[in-house]
Amino acid sequence: MQEREPISIKALKAGDREAFAAMVDAYSPKLYKLALRMSGDPLEAEEILQEAFLKAYRGLDNFRGGSKLSTWLYRITANEALMRHRKHELEKVPIDEPLLLDNGAEIPRELKDWCCLPEAELMSAEAQDTLDIAINSLSPARRAAFVLRDLHGLSTREAANVLQISEAAIKTRLLRARLQLRETLSSYFSERMERLSNV
Amino acid sequence: MSEHNLCQEFLSQISDYLDNNIDPLTCAELEKHLVDCPNCKVFVDTLKKTVYLYQQQEADINVPSEVRGRLYKVLSLDDLTR
Repeated sequence: MQEREPISIKALKAGDREAFAAMVDAYSPKLYKLALRMSGDPLEAEEILQEAFLKAYRGLDNFRGGSKLSTWLYRITANEALMRHRKHELEKVPIDEPLLLDNGAEIPRELKDWCCLPEAELMSAEAQDTLDIAINSLSPARRAAFVLRDLHGLSTREAANVLQISEAAIKTRLLRARLQLRETLSSYFSERMERLSNV
Repeated sequence: MSEHNLCQEFLSQISDYLDNNIDPLTCAELEKHLVDCPNCKVFVDTLKKTVYLYQQQEADINVPSEVRGRLYKVLSLDDLTR
């Protein structure tokens, strides 16, 4: 069942400031999270958020309602973040880096079961830093797929719509992102297990 | 099919498996393989845990109040701040 849009598109298009403020209220938390994940930097995330809403304001006339308002806002924000990445030439990892075998699978290297580590260990400040480093080392394309699908809960179709790529491309990027993150975290937590067992 | 091929088969479907996007028969086969293959079991468990940890971290991210204030100001909505 399609969710009902809580913001009046008609009021937005008519320049109703209350409606625009309601839209900012409703969507800024999600868009800020997306911007922060995509940029890895709070200052940059703030700029992306501001620019995204300014572009949304200027572009409301062009919003045809073919997609959900949230999808449209996600798209503007993701595009802004990806454009800045390109501008800053931060992209050092090629988008299609061949991490996997032809069938899309990779033989995992780290196979230690670290799931049994205590929650305090998994959530420690050092672990959180490792999570940040791992996600920031993903290519922007993989990161966008992972953030939209696994962290924001968008469907494959919705994420494809936001990033304007095929559903197959979303699936490939998501798989590669998940595998890359698992590998990095496994390496870190396996080492933690070793260290703890030697204490 | 050899155990190695089963692992390859499993790995190639891991995302669909995590997303509950496979037919029940394939799902049952994969789960049977998980019982028999400790490596694939560790792999899938750590993969699920990886996603879970990021989801936990995500829940703690909020828009700082000063960021929200500046956003409203830039958008000339500061008189409507709720």
